[in-house]
Amino acid sequence: MSAEARIEVDFAASAAAQVKRPSAIGRMLRHRSVIIGGVILIVMLLIALTAPLLGTMDPARIDPTMRNKVPGTEVSLRQDDGSRLVRTAWLGTDSLGRDVYSRVLYGTRVSLIVGLSVAAISVSIGLLIGLIAGYIRWVDAVVMRVMDGLMAIPGILLAIALVSLWGAGLGTVIIAIVVPEVPRVVRLVRSVVLTIREEPYVEAAISVGTPLPLILVRHIMPNTVAPLIVQGTFICASAILVEAILSFLGIGIPTEIPTWGNIMAEGRTVFRVYPHNILYPGIFLSLTVLAINIMGDGMRDTLDPRMSKRV
Amino acid sequence: MLAFVVRRLLATVPVLAMVAVFVFLMLRLTPGDPAAVIAGDNAMPDQVEAIRQKLGLDEPIVTQFFIWIGKALQGDFGESFFFKKTVAELIAQRIEPTVALAIVTLLLSVAIAVPLGVIAAYRQDSWVDRTVMAFSVMGFSVPVFVIGYLLIYVFAIQLGVLPVQGYRPIGQGLWPFFERLILPSFTLSVVFVALIARITRASMLEVMNEDYIRTARAKGLPERTVLLRHGLRNAAVPIVTVIGIGLAVLIGGVVVTESVYGIPGLGRLTIDAVLGRDYPTIQAVILLFSFAYVLINLAIDLIYVLLDPRIRY
Repeated sequence: MSAEARIEVDFAASAAAQVKRPSAIGRMLRHRSVIIGGVILIVMLLIALTAPLLGTMDPARIDPTMRNKVPGTEVSLRQDDGSRLVRTAWLGTDSLGRDVYSRVLYGTRVSLIVGLSVAAISVSIGLLIGLIAGYIRWVDAVVMRVMDGLMAIPGILLAIALVSLWGAGLGTVIIAIVVPEVPRVVRLVRSVVLTIREEPYVEAAISVGTPLPLILVRHIMPNTVAPLIVQGTFICASAILVEAILSFLGIGIPTEIPTWGNIMAEGRTVFRVYPHNILYPGIFLSLTVLAINIMGDGMRDTLDPRMSKRV
Repeated sequence: MLAFVVRRLLATVPVLAMVAVFVFLMLRLTPGDPAAVIAGDNAMPDQVEAIRQKLGLDEPIVTQFFIWIGKALQGDFGESFFFKKTVAELIAQRIEPTVALAIVTLLLSVAIAVPLGVIAAYRQDSWVDRTVMAFSVMGFSVPVFVIGYLLIYVFAIQLGVLPVQGYRPIGQGLWPFFERLILPSFTLSVVFVALIARITRASMLEVMNEDYIRTARAKGLPERTVLLRHGLRNAAVPIVTVIGIGLAVLIGGVVVTESVYGIPGLGRLTIDAVLGRDYPTIQAVILLFSFAYVLINLAIDLIYVLLDPRIRY
């Protein structure tokens, strides 16, 4: 093929890519699993935002007379003014008499906060480190050794160890889950950078004297967006699971905050007789993670067809 | 080949060294005096002083690291003041249940997942395929402990066919040992089955498009032989690789599963150590699990040659 012809073909290909770009997002939004997952997630988000309006009561309110009621029991609450309010505990009460329905609904907040913040923080940190490591050789050698070491420690164990050092709390749990995720993002970004840095347009940018930060941000970073969206989705799902596991093991979010993991941890002792304390938060947790995972699968299929063929 | 083995072994050294540095730094990054942290809340000043001497805490930090790793490599992880034993003794007591659980789970997962993946690929886009894939996504999404409690509820409480919790050493009879491992290993295998079935399917789909599969069919080999001898054998490398990588997931799952089923293994020990703020034990367990993970993956890299003679190093 002559040089002109090749340029012609390249031009046609990039023109096609230009046309395809908005339609990739469009196709993604029309993908069935993205729609199903997205709808479930939006419902969860609405539940989290409007939890106080959905017929809930104070999720931390302890009522010793109403302990371990099965789902559907009528419970009567003593109001501050001495009168009694009768309501149905749709999902029963736990062993301290707290309303499981209210606790599960409020628990949605913690899970979504953890999932979204872990995804956002680990993608940002990983992107920054990955861009620099992929472009500057000597940084790469050092950074990748550190990342290899971090990745050799099984993720949940690393999170458990970090939580044990820093103590339980929402912030420490988020950071403890971020640390094992960062190396995976760094690897992904680095691999994109390594292929893109050889592209003619990067060479062109270098030759007209574009400063390095601008090359990284304007010419290389856009190529990482699609894989990072997909990766971020899976990180979000896994973070929600890990938070629930940490809380369930009693080393995550402090027990007075209602999270799905905490509700289930609390339900362990009476599980044989009252399985609802584990069942309902378990359903919410699984449904949320499932929604994010199928959304991620759909996004991967449309945004990165090569990756979907491999897995 | 020998050159490859040596190179691969040498490449593991920096990774293991990094892990050791992280685990070492863990304790140094805790606020307060490491000796006091290790000794626990009820320690006498002379106990703290003894630990300070033993760890060489008056030396520079690099020397401290070498003192620590030197002892660790000889199996001396110090003393657990929480359990009132040496850490090495603790680990020796707890290792059997964990290894038993991991091996049974691994065998069970491969026995379920590989056939599922092969059938799904063979009947691509059929209802079998869709069911396997749906199960796979579910397996990634339902947390280990929810599966654990569901299985306990159905099989141990409602049907009463299996014990709810506990562990019996294999020395006390084969059936009591297996009986108590059935539910835990099924629980733990769900996510592993999901992972392996997915990869098996993807790898088989790729292989089944190869020319030699068409040749095998054309020469009239039975479909079984085509699938297993010509298909699966060539699809094996990615499957084995994902089993190795998946061990990280398995180790995480062990911690949870042992807690749910009251199995006195290393996972349970980890949680007890965290709750008791017993840092020497936490350090030892993490070092042990990570080294095992890295070394098993190294071994897998080395056995590729056996799986696929085309691979030459």
